[in-house]
Amino acid sequence: MMESGVFLEREALADPLHIGSQTLHERLILGTGKYASFEQMAESFKVVAAECVTIAVRREKLHDSSGRNILDYLDLERTILLPNTSGCYDAETALRCARMGREILRGLENPGSEWVKLEVLGSSRSLMPDVMETLKATRELVKDGFEVLCYTNDDPVMAQRLKEAGAASVMPAGSPIGSGLGIVNPNNLQMIVEDLKQGDPDYPVIVDAGVGTASDAAIAMELGADAVLLNTSVARAEDPVKMALAMDFAVRAGRLAYQAGRIKKSKYASASSPEHGLIADRPARP
Amino acid sequence: MESSMRITVNGQDFAVPAGTTIAELLVQLDIAQTAVAVELNLEVQPKTAFTERTLHPDDRVEIVTLVGGG
Repeated sequence: MMESGVFLEREALADPLHIGSQTLHERLILGTGKYASFEQMAESFKVVAAECVTIAVRREKLHDSSGRNILDYLDLERTILLPNTSGCYDAETALRCARMGREILRGLENPGSEWVKLEVLGSSRSLMPDVMETLKATRELVKDGFEVLCYTNDDPVMAQRLKEAGAASVMPAGSPIGSGLGIVNPNNLQMIVEDLKQGDPDYPVIVDAGVGTASDAAIAMELGADAVLLNTSVARAEDPVKMALAMDFAVRAGRLAYQAGRIKKSKYASASSPEHGLIADRPARP
Repeated sequence: MESSMRITVNGQDFAVPAGTTIAELLVQLDIAQTAVAVELNLEVQPKTAFTERTLHPDDRVEIVTLVGGG
């Protein structure tokens, strides 16, 4: 029977992720920046059936309206856009950016209109968040009806504060944006996951930024992240389409491993074959 | 002669005829309404305001769209 064969039914793997009022079925969230071409971006999204992608808000060019629009390369029928406030350095600017993004998405009738990836930066070199402004912006945006997905650092206390402020998801960085350094403090990430999910197991924690290659995404998921948001590692890979696929497999593998429950680490070995019935005595040394 | 006024659009100084609406400004700039949001003096304008709201001297207008980003 197919059901008991190696091909797991999609149904059996169905593992929806609820973020605010949205439900995602794919746990890889991709950014739309930095691709060599819109075509390459579209191909990368197609190969993983991207369900949710982030997008930025910028000033319209006033003297060159001949430019192609990114929206022509996104499957808006089946893609939830997640507008961000990238490049904002204070709460006030982030609020304006979020409201303008919401207005555009409402006009497009995209389901992503009511949520926002909040990013309030504190340093243009590290692109680390300004957590004070991020917290302030979160409160204001929540008051304004937004579902806020908060980019933040990997500080468990700050993560807790943002959740308390009403963030629909807290999204700690694994390492600096675009750095490709991976999850530099897995211990902190694990604490964030445990703290935020205590008594609230479905609260979504998303690793946002820092992923360099597939194993980083898998590690994030193994540590209990609910999803991974990445951009540069795919867009700037030598073969973005292939890397997108690798990330998709990694996120799935990491998620399954987390659910499966890994074995405990131990200093010494544990033989996989029986200790009894050996055809010769083993040496006396330990 | 039609009088003109100065406004600021996306940080740039612009001269437009007095009484220009947001919708008319977009036409003048050859910008389609589909994927843009307009902010006027720090307040986001709903699409319904585009034809109703006339611009005043020294108004600060931001016209934004969606671009690739992470």
